[in-house]
Amino acid sequence: MAIAEQQTQGTSDRSWHGIVLQTLKRNEVSLIPYVPDRVLTPLIKNLHADPFFTTFATAREEEAVGIVSGAWMGGRRGAVLMQTSGFATLANVLASLAVPYQIPLIMFVSERGTLGEFNYGQSLVCRTMRPVLDSLALEHHTITRLDELEFIADRSIKQAVTTQAPVALILNPLLTGGKVFDK
Amino acid sequence: MNTGNTKVMNRFDVTSRLIAKLQHEEAVIGGIGNTNFDLWAAGHRPQNFYMLGSMGLAFPIALGVALAQPDRRVFALEGDGSLLMQLGALSTIAALKPKNLIMIVMDNGIYQITGAQPTPAAGVADIVGIATASGLANSTWAADEEDFERLVDEAMSASEPSLIAVRIDDKPGVGTTRRDPVQIRERFMHGLGVREPL
Repeated sequence: MAIAEQQTQGTSDRSWHGIVLQTLKRNEVSLIPYVPDRVLTPLIKNLHADPFFTTFATAREEEAVGIVSGAWMGGRRGAVLMQTSGFATLANVLASLAVPYQIPLIMFVSERGTLGEFNYGQSLVCRTMRPVLDSLALEHHTITRLDELEFIADRSIKQAVTTQAPVALILNPLLTGGKVFDK
Repeated sequence: MNTGNTKVMNRFDVTSRLIAKLQHEEAVIGGIGNTNFDLWAAGHRPQNFYMLGSMGLAFPIALGVALAQPDRRVFALEGDGSLLMQLGALSTIAALKPKNLIMIVMDNGIYQITGAQPTPAAGVADIVGIATASGLANSTWAADEEDFERLVDEAMSASEPSLIAVRIDDKPGVGTTRRDPVQIRERFMHGLGVREPL
C-alpha cells in the first residue's frame, strides 16, 4: 500500500500519472476529454496545468469518444480518460464508430471494482469491461507495474495509430493505488 | 413549446440550400439516419462525413473536427431525437466556444425512421430554449427558408458557436448513403487535407 500511495503523490515524472502525461506528449496526443475519476485526479490536474494539452470534461464518455474521433479525422490526436463504469456505456459507440471506421481511439480506464472495491455496483460493472473489449477483439492491456507503464502506453499508442485500431489501457489499482473505502 | 411563427420546412430542401452556400470546403457531419441520407442526396462532397450509428454524436464529432481545424467552418446536421440523446454535449460546446462550429437541428418531433413515433420532447420542450439555457447564446429558430440561409450566412462569420433549429415535416430522407465506413472516413480525411489519396 505504501508503494501504491507514493505512486499517486506528487508530480514527479516517475509517478504513474507523470509517465502517462509525458507519454501522451511524446506521441503528440494533445486533446484530452474526460469524465473524472478520483484516482485520475492528479493526472487530470496536471493535464489542465500543461498548455500543450486541451483538457476538458464531457457529460458522457461516448461524447468524449465522438470528440476525439472527429479530431483524429481532422488531423489531431486525442485520448479519453474515464473509469470502469464509464467504459460500460461505450459498447454502442465502439461498435458503430471507432471500430468500423478504423479510428485509433486511445482510452485510459481507471479500474474500479477490484482489489478492494467497496461498492458492489462497481465490482459488477467491472466484470463487463473485458468481455466487451474481447467481443470486439479490441486491443487492451491491464497495467499493474510502474516499470512497465511507459513501455505499454508508448507502444500501444503507436500501435493504435499505425494499425488504425482502438486501444484500452486499464490502470489497475496495483499501479495507481486505486480507491479505498473512506467515510 | 415556443417556436413562434416558424414555417414547417423540408429536410432535403434545407440541406440542399446549405450545401449550395458552401464555398470554402467547409466540413459537414451528417447525423444518424435521415440527416445523413439527405446530406448524401444533396450531392456528395469530400468534406462530408456520414454517421452509420452512434446516435447523438454528430455534434461531438463536429466539435472534434472544429478543435482540430480551427480555421475551417464545421457544420453538423442532427435530428431532434438524436440531440435528446446527448444534450450534455451542448454544454461542452458552450464551455469550449469553438466559433467555427455551426449546429443545425432538424426538428420534426418524431423518430421518423423508426415509424414516426413522437419524441418525449414533442410538444413540451423547446430545442432552442434548451440550447440557450445550456450556454449557447447564439441559438435561433429559422423562420423560413430565406431566414435559414440568412442565419447560415451569419454563422459563417460568427465569433461564437451557432445553433440553428429548423422545423421540418415528417418526410423520410431522399437518398441512401453508401454504407462503407472506412471509405467514408478515408474520403473525409482527404477532403480535410489530412491525408493524400493513394
